[in-house]
Amino acid sequence: MPAVSKGDGMRGLAVFISDIRNCKSKEAEIKRINKELANIRSKFKGDKALDGYSKKKYVCKLLFIFLLGHDIDFGHMEAVNLLSSNKYTEKQIGYLFISVLVNSNSELIRLINNAIKNDLSSRNPTFMCLALHCIANVGSREMAEAFAGEIPRILVAGDTMDSVKQSAALCLLRLYKASPDLVLMGEWTSRVVHLLNDQHMGVVTAAISLITCLSSKNPDEFKTCVSLAVSRLSRIVSSASTDLQDYTYYFVPAPWLSCKLLRLLQCYPPPEDGAVKGRLVECLETILNKAQEPPKSKKVQHSNAKNAILFEAISLIIHYDSEPNLLVRACNQLGQFLQHRETNLRYLALESMCTLASSEFSHEAVKTHIETVINALKTERDVSVRQRAADLLYAMCDRSNAKQIVAEMLSYLETADYSIREEMVLKVAILAEKYAVDYSWYVDTILNLIRIAGDYVSEEVWYRVIQIVINRDDVQGYAAKTVFEALQAPACHENMVKVGGYILGEFGNLIAGDPRSSPLVQFNLLHSKFHLCSVPTRALLLSAYIKFINLFPETKATIQEVLRSDSQIRNSDVELQQRAVEYLKLSSIASTDVLATVLEEMPPFPERESSILAKLKKKKGPGAVSVELEDGKERGECVNFNPKPQRTSTPSPSADLLGLRSTAPASGATPSAGSLLVDVFSEAGPSATSAGVNDDGFLRFVCKNNGVLFENQLLQIGIKSEYRQNLGRMYLFYGNKTSVQFVSFNTTLNVQTKTVEPLVEGGAQVQQVINIECLTDFIDAPLLNIKFRYGGALQNISLKLPVTINKFFQPTEMAAADFFQRWKQLSQPQQEAQKIFKASHGMDTEVLKAKLLGLGTALLENVDPNPENYVCAGVIQTKAQQVGCLLRLEPNAQAQMYRLTLRSSKDTVSQRVCDLLAEQF
Amino acid sequence: LVATGVGAKTYRRIRFILIQNRAGKTRLAKWYMQFDDDEKQKLIEEVHAVVTVRDAKHTNFVEFRNFKIIYRRYAGLYFCICVDVTDNNLAYLEGIHNFVEVLNEYFHNVCELDLVFNFYKVYTVVDEMFLAGEIRETSQTKVLKQLLMLQSLE
Repeated sequence: MPAVSKGDGMRGLAVFISDIRNCKSKEAEIKRINKELANIRSKFKGDKALDGYSKKKYVCKLLFIFLLGHDIDFGHMEAVNLLSSNKYTEKQIGYLFISVLVNSNSELIRLINNAIKNDLSSRNPTFMCLALHCIANVGSREMAEAFAGEIPRILVAGDTMDSVKQSAALCLLRLYKASPDLVLMGEWTSRVVHLLNDQHMGVVTAAISLITCLSSKNPDEFKTCVSLAVSRLSRIVSSASTDLQDYTYYFVPAPWLSCKLLRLLQCYPPPEDGAVKGRLVECLETILNKAQEPPKSKKVQHSNAKNAILFEAISLIIHYDSEPNLLVRACNQLGQFLQHRETNLRYLALESMCTLASSEFSHEAVKTHIETVINALKTERDVSVRQRAADLLYAMCDRSNAKQIVAEMLSYLETADYSIREEMVLKVAILAEKYAVDYSWYVDTILNLIRIAGDYVSEEVWYRVIQIVINRDDVQGYAAKTVFEALQAPACHENMVKVGGYILGEFGNLIAGDPRSSPLVQFNLLHSKFHLCSVPTRALLLSAYIKFINLFPETKATIQEVLRSDSQIRNSDVELQQRAVEYLKLSSIASTDVLATVLEEMPPFPERESSILAKLKKKKGPGAVSVELEDGKERGECVNFNPKPQRTSTPSPSADLLGLRSTAPASGATPSAGSLLVDVFSEAGPSATSAGVNDDGFLRFVCKNNGVLFENQLLQIGIKSEYRQNLGRMYLFYGNKTSVQFVSFNTTLNVQTKTVEPLVEGGAQVQQVINIECLTDFIDAPLLNIKFRYGGALQNISLKLPVTINKFFQPTEMAAADFFQRWKQLSQPQQEAQKIFKASHGMDTEVLKAKLLGLGTALLENVDPNPENYVCAGVIQTKAQQVGCLLRLEPNAQAQMYRLTLRSSKDTVSQRVCDLLAEQF
Repeated sequence: LVATGVGAKTYRRIRFILIQNRAGKTRLAKWYMQFDDDEKQKLIEEVHAVVTVRDAKHTNFVEFRNFKIIYRRYAGLYFCICVDVTDNNLAYLEGIHNFVEVLNEYFHNVCELDLVFNFYKVYTVVDEMFLAGEIRETSQTKVLKQLLMLQSLE
């Protein structure tokens, strides 16, 4: 084929480029450019009208200068003039200039749009493509307004040339991405979907990108594409390597189109139609089979193209997560790749296996490769491959292999790249906690972490080990002994000193019986580190010392002497000085009893989600944003939200060993008339549309705790909640169903607001945790308000959070006699609430039982003399009081009616529970 | 825990295509996402920094901010495509190669200077093969036929 020669057509341009390349210095280059700019300016301003060729040449020079990194502030009009030329080369330079130097100058936009309009209606395919490419490259709103109506017409018209269709499809995609509100597919939908059948593979290749994007937004409208995609895929997969001619790449038939088809199918669940599904499974099997066949070429292009399809097929298999056979085959195939000589394949196999590890069908199969993966972690040259190996080990870890995996990760940490150490540390810490069977192993692991990678051990990690030691008395002695030994090392990390100080201050007494770790030895050991530590650690150590005085009166004199020394009591740091003065005074004047009370052992920390896990999620989730809440205000009657910073449960850096934490945990910190106290600390925030309180989801959650609370085209909000006594915790999952970021996102609980990091990436899911405390009984549910921007439009959603009084039920088992006795005791009229109502669902026994259990009460068997009836008992736990509650439900199958009777010690409770439950049958 | 809309994760696209030489000079920059000029310059420098330190034993993929770069080196030139992390690495790796083979045919043994002197034609080649961040046409025969047809126009 003839090749183009250097700069043919525009000699002046080639000369200019050569001149620039020959410039010896930056200054010379700038000089040459300025000369050229002056020349072009004078040409443009000159009296003589420039011909098309010169205009093209100068505009092209300006573009070159711009691409070198210089500002261009003229020539736009000349470029626009080129658009109306009849010559392709002139038009092309004009469009290129416009595409590269997008300018929102409004009068120009009008002219540009005018030129585009002319070209679109020219029926000249070359010009139409130029115009479409310009729209696709610029994609501005003005262009969408002008052409979003016209382009679908071009796309589906019978007489449009194939190449124009390709450009039109992608042009439309670009406009849809930029301005979804302006692209209305309605009437075109079916014809666009049928482009999957187009004879021209290039048209299919382009159109499928558009269809995939539209499907992911409106799956229902486009769902006919599934069967079309399957049959297209099937034809390609079963074709011989030469059938597709131009679309065969290194003996692989249509690799890119195959990948796109497989990707489109990932917008949908497995096909419901048996025949379609069978055909698809056959395709997937063929793709897996082909991976085992000998290669048709030794070229890497051949195997890459083949494997591109294979990996996409595996993604689809994982997406379906319903075909155990295919999942295990996929896993075996990836297992082979783990030892492949191509680094790319080893990398991709590790990455893909990570997702397989989370499927129940393939988890075990993945685990069989543990040795290979450990070996990869040790020997791979490319850090990104080692990183994937570490990710996979983390993903495949379970109780059976946790010790091995944690040990390997720890030993890898000694030589790990700095870039991934912090994440590795978090992972080890999480696995150690999650799979700790005996907590001495956990303590050993964390102390090893600090020893090996102390600089990378964040506060979350060492806070967590302390929380766990404090909460489990079976490990406290061991922990004290182990930190004591660890502190013997001549150089130990400051984090070790922190943990050591805290633990010996609390539990040093457990090892004080051994003369080798007598109180004074412990103290001297800690104090030997004191001078090497930073101020926060010293502050922590001072608190440990005063705890020592309480634990071991025999150390009092020694410690008081230390506190009294000038370096403490006159320390230039205010915090240290204050602690020294106060502790000295406290130890001198307080009686032993007072001292013992003030310095009592730390109470157990409330069990919450591990803050380390939260941190890892934050590191991982690109869209995850952290929310701290501002002060809450209460809403008139009974619901009050008290925002808390996320980690109230962890000690502050200048660690308060004394338990004098200024912020008490969630319990009633705000003086309020409120009864439901919701403590929101969260990691999150995203989401959705339309105003008006959305009530739909609310009643569905009376008898269950998990599920989807809300869903529209943009956003899905899932809920997972758990309750114990008068406390509850609710996780809200905001899923962005689009591929576009949500911006200006924030969530508000009733009146109390907090701005959140305003972005939620497309496809991302973010989580928010709400801690709930029931102060007294209540009727109104908290309102959650969500706002964000999607595209240009502000979305606003109000939802009732499904927090109802019955969530705080504790089931109470009792015998028939007890039940009736209590029933009689609650016989005052206001203690009873009754409703008689028609069944709105079937009256299936098992369903009824499940609902009553879901309510939270105990379902009492053999109590009611009539076996058709149900009786239940429970106690509602609020902070203010406990409210015993008895329930009787009498179904009448003939009449399809129920009678529901509630008795409790509080009239409002009887009424509320009765109202809620009556809606459930 | 709660599945998000399944569709959301499936739509991805190219964020930008860069051709750079070893010294970091840009020979082509094609953007499919809005960046301001300073940001573009920063991206160009960052890509150069992460890609040039890697050797032949490394993978052709690098994590990059919230995206990834798929790249391949041809003589002194690095061809880099930035895509979403969940996108198909090998498909884009061969997408690059397919593009390079077209350039090679079109410029008859392409070298760096061809890209310098014919920069405005390179944009045409890119638009034939990639549009709106998507693969538009993969058949080398079809692309070359179209390019030669355009070449014959005035």
